[in-house]
Amino acid sequence: MGQFIDGPLWTFSLGVFVLGVIWRVVTILIAGNRSDLATAKGSAGKGAIRAVFSRFIPERTVATRGRIQLIAGYLFHVGLLALLFFAKPHVDFIAERITGLSWLAMPHWAFIVSAEAAFIGLILLWLHRVLNPVTRLLSDLDDHVGSILVFLVMLTGCLALAQAFEPLRLTHLLLAELLLIYFPFSKLMHAFTFVMSRGYTGATMGRKGINA
Amino acid sequence: MSEKFEQGVQALRQQIDARISSYFSSCVHCGLCAEACLFYTETNNPRFTPIHKLEPMKKLWRREYTFWGKLGAALGLGKPLTEEDFAEWETLVYDSCTLCGRCSMVCPVGNDITYMIRKQREGFLVAGYAPDGMKEATRRALKIGSPMGVTYKTLKAALAHVEKDTGMTIPMDKQGADYMTLFSSMEIVNFPEYIESIARIFAAAGVSWTISSKAFEATNSGIQIGNKEAAAELVNRVVIAAEKLGIKTVVSPECGHAYTAIRWEGPNLIGRKYPFEVIHILELLDQLKKEGRLQLAYKDSIPMTLHDPCQIVRRGGVVKQPRDLLNSVAEHFTEMKDHGVMNWCCGGGGGGVSANERAEPLRLQVFNRKKRQLDELGINTLVTACANCRIILEEGLEHNEMDTEVISLTELIADHLVKDESKV
Repeated sequence: MGQFIDGPLWTFSLGVFVLGVIWRVVTILIAGNRSDLATAKGSAGKGAIRAVFSRFIPERTVATRGRIQLIAGYLFHVGLLALLFFAKPHVDFIAERITGLSWLAMPHWAFIVSAEAAFIGLILLWLHRVLNPVTRLLSDLDDHVGSILVFLVMLTGCLALAQAFEPLRLTHLLLAELLLIYFPFSKLMHAFTFVMSRGYTGATMGRKGINA
Repeated sequence: MSEKFEQGVQALRQQIDARISSYFSSCVHCGLCAEACLFYTETNNPRFTPIHKLEPMKKLWRREYTFWGKLGAALGLGKPLTEEDFAEWETLVYDSCTLCGRCSMVCPVGNDITYMIRKQREGFLVAGYAPDGMKEATRRALKIGSPMGVTYKTLKAALAHVEKDTGMTIPMDKQGADYMTLFSSMEIVNFPEYIESIARIFAAAGVSWTISSKAFEATNSGIQIGNKEAAAELVNRVVIAAEKLGIKTVVSPECGHAYTAIRWEGPNLIGRKYPFEVIHILELLDQLKKEGRLQLAYKDSIPMTLHDPCQIVRRGGVVKQPRDLLNSVAEHFTEMKDHGVMNWCCGGGGGGVSANERAEPLRLQVFNRKKRQLDELGINTLVTACANCRIILEEGLEHNEMDTEVISLTELIADHLVKDESKV
């Protein structure tokens, strides 16, 4: 079982993830957009690039009224990305199994801080999702499945940190593989498509000379 | 299942482009768009959350564009889009959205929710789910030439008054004029002083201009209701008239959605670029001022604030010009806390909601946002640049028994002219 999780299932899940993400992005692109015939006031390209980055900074109205989500959102995303790319076992795994390239891993204290930030952020976001009337109305099964899967991957990852107990490492890897398989067919795709959605809006606004 | 419903679904399907696909793919249901929408902030009703208003289109997208949706449909599972969805969402799509675009400015993944609602209306109208008031306005626009039933005779009567008051002759159908000016019905009927202001400013600045007897109406009910064929027809009338007269530039009136219609959506609706330019009246006034052709006499000492019409500023990109113009005639111009591209809508939405009588109670309720903005400043002179905003603001102010005067920026500029040809 361990060999299967470490070998074929990993290859399969990575394949589904890569091909699935490409398929989703291509599906969006081939839906096509009509070219804008109105004479532009500003640059679509600059507008798109600006929007991709400027939307990382929340607008004041939202920063005030939606501060819980914003703080929780930042804690979760920054913590998760730090864990994903700079946790020592991940750096080693990526170098060994995917890229062949290695980089500096974060120290143990940074791992603890990142993990706490990610957990607090994710739990707050999920509580907000189920308790706030707006997000409760909007949320569907996919939102909850995504949250729970990410939570379980993070939890088993922390438990397996020492890599001393093989079943824990395999459990973490198995859940990460399930997440990779689920990813292209879910809302988790926003990790890639946000560049497109921000870009499309930014381009339209940019043509009109508006900073979006 | 009715034939109209099927056609509505098909119309909705045709709206789903790469932009909309990316938007639905990116939405994580964070609900932050609610915090930017005055229909939510003033009612606390979660159903008014902007992205929730797109549930019918999302349902169709999910079923036909996603893995789980397609799988569900193949297995006979999941819920397809139904006629009941159209019926249930009609008021959300039309009555509680002014297409103001504020939600589109705050979405963390950058979704232009306003664009999606505008597109969703195309399907709703075809399926037969649109407000009667807006349907009637569109019918009048196509048949008579104006959503308010303003005919060329009505315009001529208004112009006769202007000519009598100013002693000037308004140039009609002047071949080869530099500028062809459009108006909104609201300006012709409720604010003819806007026409007089234009005439006085253009005379003072020595502008070569004209009005077309064939196409003077700038508003576009087709865009408001979501009827691209009607919208294209209305734009085409202006384009043909401008081409026949050999016009260099068409001037959009103050009216916000008229600007969006003729400037940004127009060429895409008719499927070709214009052989002329389109400029908003405020852009033109600012340009004339910068060229030294607009001499302004003095600055008012009365404290003033500015209400930004959403379609001109947030959706149109005319942000700096109204401020420069107002600063040139007002000694004490104070901005509202949320202003410019983040200003709050008046609640009328470029005529869309104001032409929809059944939405009036909700419109007056959400006016509380503008009331609070004005109360915070304590300023009693509100300048704006949209006849529709103006009428909605005046109604809201009256409803709340507020002693605030609403002034058109163009009219304010005209009142401050140094050299007024009308008095020569």
